[in-house]
Amino acid sequence: MQLKIVLAFALGGLSLVGCAIRPSDSEVEGATARMLQTSFKPRGQATVDRLNQDEVQAVCSLYKGEPPEAAREKIEKAQQTTIRYPSSGSLLGDWRQGERIAQSGVGKQFTDDPGRPAGGGCYNCHQLAPRELSFGTIGPSLYQFGKLRGSSEAIQKYAYGKIYNSEAFSACSNMPRFGHNGVLTEEQITHLVALLLDPDSPVNK
Amino acid sequence: MADPMRIRANMAGDKVEVRVLMSHDMETGQRKDASGAVVPAHFIQNVTVTHAGKTVLSAQWGTSISKNPFMHFRFKGGKPGEKVTISWVDNKGERRTDEVVIGGG
Amino acid sequence: MPFYRLLAPVLAAMLPCVSLAQQDTQKEIERYRQLLQESNPAELYEARGEELWKTRRGPKSASLESCDLGLGPGVVKGAYVQLPRYFADTDRVQDAESRLVTCMVTLQGFTPEEAKRNPFSGTGVPMVTTDPFSGVGRRSVMTDIVAWVASESRGMKIAPQMSHPKEREAYQAGERLFFYRAGPHDFACVSCHSGEAKRIRLQTLPDLVHSAKDAQRAFGTWPGYRVSEGELRSMQWRLWECFRQQRFPELEFASDASIALTMFLAKRAEGGSFDAPSLKR
Repeated sequence: MQLKIVLAFALGGLSLVGCAIRPSDSEVEGATARMLQTSFKPRGQATVDRLNQDEVQAVCSLYKGEPPEAAREKIEKAQQTTIRYPSSGSLLGDWRQGERIAQSGVGKQFTDDPGRPAGGGCYNCHQLAPRELSFGTIGPSLYQFGKLRGSSEAIQKYAYGKIYNSEAFSACSNMPRFGHNGVLTEEQITHLVALLLDPDSPVNK
Repeated sequence: MADPMRIRANMAGDKVEVRVLMSHDMETGQRKDASGAVVPAHFIQNVTVTHAGKTVLSAQWGTSISKNPFMHFRFKGGKPGEKVTISWVDNKGERRTDEVVIGGG
Repeated sequence: MPFYRLLAPVLAAMLPCVSLAQQDTQKEIERYRQLLQESNPAELYEARGEELWKTRRGPKSASLESCDLGLGPGVVKGAYVQLPRYFADTDRVQDAESRLVTCMVTLQGFTPEEAKRNPFSGTGVPMVTTDPFSGVGRRSVMTDIVAWVASESRGMKIAPQMSHPKEREAYQAGERLFFYRAGPHDFACVSCHSGEAKRIRLQTLPDLVHSAKDAQRAFGTWPGYRVSEGELRSMQWRLWECFRQQRFPELEFASDASIALTMFLAKRAEGGSFDAPSLKR
């Protein structure tokens, strides 16, 4: 503290030229933490504990979404262990329900009814069925996903796992961890897998 | 009393070109509010534009006109310095009249 | 799901049926925007705002005419584009809306709660069922005034102040908040606002990380009249709405986090032209 005051006086003369003391990293950390504490309030189902970060969120924030190789590997390995496959063993659900889940963008917002099933909001970021022109480009196109890859058990496992926890495959991915974070149920994810892989699904026509 | 209309009238060749922005909710009567109650219909039904005592435009509006309606039209016979008067009446009987002086070309 | 008004606003022009063929999607969106440029309902808010600035209100029955927005008491022209900035009287960095709250409290005698009440306007069906900001026929004094204050900076260059240590701190905190991932969707601002030519559904997203041009265009067009909502929306509203969709708890109006983020975004947009209040889809 003393040193800072001395420096402040020493640099005081320079302040006229617009040169000011840079806040230290820890000061910025402190300010940010304080802001998070005081600037958000709970509402509906969105409680303030949502602001507490888990390991993945903290690391990805620190590296601004582009983690170095070592951190990347660590995240992917750890996140792989979180994937829960359906107890029934079947990963392919109903593509018609999958399309509805992909179209629906509701769920988890403080304006959403917590009693209502969440959607995946897939079209917000991806192209899927070709007749749907209103699609986003934040993620790659998933058009003909199954047609190009087949629907073997391995591909089913990959698709399911990716939707359940995208971080297991691509650290700091922009895609929500739908299964791990409890946004979608296991059953809902199987419907999305069907949307992607079922040969009858419009995605593969 | 409703907000004033924002009107611009200028010469475009031999015609007067008028642009008018009206402040009105134009509620269709089909929407429901947070509690589920129907938001009552409230929309402009008649618009009249006059110049030198003559009606130059008359419109009957319904619920397909959206909120804060904007209208853009031309009419013959006006000159810079003359007044154009625009009036509207809505389904609740509320009304508004504003006028503008025609500007140059 | 937000309620969109799908009604044609232009009376005189007969709008042809537009077909959204895949390759013409962007072109058609631009054409729609062109058709809307004729007149901006934001003018209605600006006119009310100017009136409210001069109206005696509150327990002290005073106007806002001696409110200091950073260029001295009562100076409104050019003030918005120099915000956020540090204010000695409150010893904090403030944006336009939080500064208006300060003036409503100190000059007009409102409590901070009263000044911050109903900051966002709304009529008819609110987007949000328990939203305190919108409601049937509810006007927002704050929205009207910020619309006018912003309009008094129209055409000027975006130039947030960055000489005071607290201004730098706000910027850096804002940057951290921008990259702060949290909530059940693991979203941060960066999740959507990074990368070239990205869009959510059909809404193009400004790349606020890599593109100064995108940042300038984005920051320079808020406040804006949202045709689909029939309301004028401010920067504070934009942040509030983003966090709602990020599945975060509710961002407090005129809070420190909102100011810090605004500072970060304003700095990224520095030098750009301020073209607000604008017209938006």
